[in-house]
Amino acid sequence: MTEATLIRKGLFRKVLRAILMMVSIAIAFFIFAVLGAVNKAFNAGVDVAAANRLVTVNAINFTVSMPYAYYGRVQGVEGITHVTHANWFGGYFQQPANFVQTFAVDPESYLDVYPELILPPEQREAWLTTRTCLIVGQALATQYGWSVGDRIPLNSNIWQQADGSSAWDFDICGIFTAEDSSVPTNYAMFHYDYFNESLAFARDTIGWMILTTEDVSLNDQVADEIDAMFANSPAETETTTEAAFSQAFIEQLGNINLILTSVIGAAFATILMIVGTTLVLAINERTKEIAVLKTLGFQSGRIFRMILTESFLLSLIGGGIGLGLAAGLVVLIAGAFQSFLPGFGMPLSVVWQAFALMIGFALVTGFFPAFNAMRIRIVEAFGKL
Amino acid sequence: MTDQLPLYQLRDLSKTYTRGKESISIFKGLNMDIQHGDFIAIMGPSGSGKTTLLNQLGGIDSPSSGQVVFEGKRIDNLSQGDLAKWRSRNVGFIFQFYNLMPTLSAAQNVELPLLLTGLSGGERKKRVKTALEIVGIADRAGHKPRQLSGGQQQRVAIARAIVADPKILLADEPTGDLDRATADEILGMLQQLNTELGKTIVMVTHDPSAAKYAKRELHLDKGEFVERGKTS
Ligand SMILES: Nc1ncnc2c1ncn2[C@@H]1O[C@H](COP(=O)(O)OP(=O)(O)OP(=O)(O)O)[C@@H](O)[C@H]1O
Ligand SMILES: [Mg+2]
Repeated sequence: MTEATLIRKGLFRKVLRAILMMVSIAIAFFIFAVLGAVNKAFNAGVDVAAANRLVTVNAINFTVSMPYAYYGRVQGVEGITHVTHANWFGGYFQQPANFVQTFAVDPESYLDVYPELILPPEQREAWLTTRTCLIVGQALATQYGWSVGDRIPLNSNIWQQADGSSAWDFDICGIFTAEDSSVPTNYAMFHYDYFNESLAFARDTIGWMILTTEDVSLNDQVADEIDAMFANSPAETETTTEAAFSQAFIEQLGNINLILTSVIGAAFATILMIVGTTLVLAINERTKEIAVLKTLGFQSGRIFRMILTESFLLSLIGGGIGLGLAAGLVVLIAGAFQSFLPGFGMPLSVVWQAFALMIGFALVTGFFPAFNAMRIRIVEAFGKL
Repeated sequence: MTDQLPLYQLRDLSKTYTRGKESISIFKGLNMDIQHGDFIAIMGPSGSGKTTLLNQLGGIDSPSSGQVVFEGKRIDNLSQGDLAKWRSRNVGFIFQFYNLMPTLSAAQNVELPLLLTGLSGGERKKRVKTALEIVGIADRAGHKPRQLSGGQQQRVAIARAIVADPKILLADEPTGDLDRATADEILGMLQQLNTELGKTIVMVTHDPSAAKYAKRELHLDKGEFVERGKTS
């Protein structure tokens, strides 16, 4: 027998109680880790954003477009290396449920602004020269089983062609990948010209512009200059860094961070109180036993440490189980929806946060029982039979 | 050897409890020596302070004034931490209600005090086995307390008290919860520990026939000692 035996026997003194506490803790950490992974996936765009990349949108809202002419004017701004533009196509394949994230872009400049996208040279050539070319991200191509050479129609749930049709025919002439797996490749792009010329309405407008600056330090100056250029026009602009833009995009979906934090916070507060109270009562039950240990010569500090270790064990076992189950679920989901949720996975940062939380949880729930145990006075404890 | 020096010297020992404005004196100005190898039975009416006195001897309670001197050194002024260390080296406690850990087996209960020593696992096992054999309960080593009778539990508790080879055994009504026959077995065992292994024992009891196993009887009444010769 060692001290570890004593600690284990103490924790599992009432097996059912110990298991129930562990299950509660496991649930809290399960929620924490799963929601943490979801939150991370939503914020993936913010993380992959390049620091010197700016986005110019209509000041009203990023869903409102602006004149194509702006593109030409922005190109003249000092401190810019590349500018490109994009339109939201709102595409689907065959039926609306088969959502395909599609942009109409300027072929060459778009690749200049997003150097992290990789296209083999011959495909790049085809992309730049073929009017009906659609380049598809690897994840999306995998999802629909598309390959280079396929001819596919995509419908738009926003736009219409002059002939009344909402379907565009495309030739897949390239499949792009990314250097880093956290960069999404779950979308497709085609020529702005092909798009613009066939439109029934709203021709010669662009959804947003993306530009890179020579240096991060020029970001503010460039942004101010662009926005000043279009001030007091019918379509004023707002230029922000890409990271801020991604954040704004997320906030459009509701303040996910706040919601997640509230859910996690509520779960933890509840379970913290339950486990904390249960531990205090459990130690009270053992007052006499602890008094016996002290009588035998166990030091108060040692008793404190032993009881605190019990709560650490409880937190780490419960939290570990919850984290493990969450990781399993996330891996399962990520595998099943690989193309739809490219950034989804169990981020290491969430795992570390979970461990830090477990330690915090153990300290908060274990301190008072351990402190009470440490302060038990032998004679008084034996007095109350 | 420290034979010239008594094991314990109680000097002018007083214990007073104050409850609000009231103060109750349990005993006042007690003086007593306990020699090595003695077996003392402390008797007296309920509430006379027997347990309180035993707690002073065991260093789990401190006197209001006076001194408890053990092997020539005061223990009444030690810090809590030093007292704990002192207890683990010198004192074996035996309680009326055994006070075994319900989650530990008999052998593990006996091993508890040895966790405070530097002994190896193997050495601890050997000592536990010896202690259990001395009290005649080695065959129940793996049993939990609730699987043992009162008498058997008290044997385990005695094994726990002697396993670290303390200089003094303090027993508070060790047979208070046992029937006559079992009580006699336990008392016989304490007597054996005293005569054969030379353990010094101080035992508190209500029971005159239990006291007969001791070498000396002390009566505590109204805060004072009255010594009586053995009546057998
Ligand atoms: N913590 C305390 N506060 C106040 N009074 C106390 C306290 N502990 C004990 N006493 C009182 O001290 C006196 C002696 O108590 P003690 O337990 O030593 O008696 P005892 O001789 O062992 O009695 P018994 O034979 O019933 O065990 C009693 O009157 C008791 O009420
Ligand atoms: Mg008593």
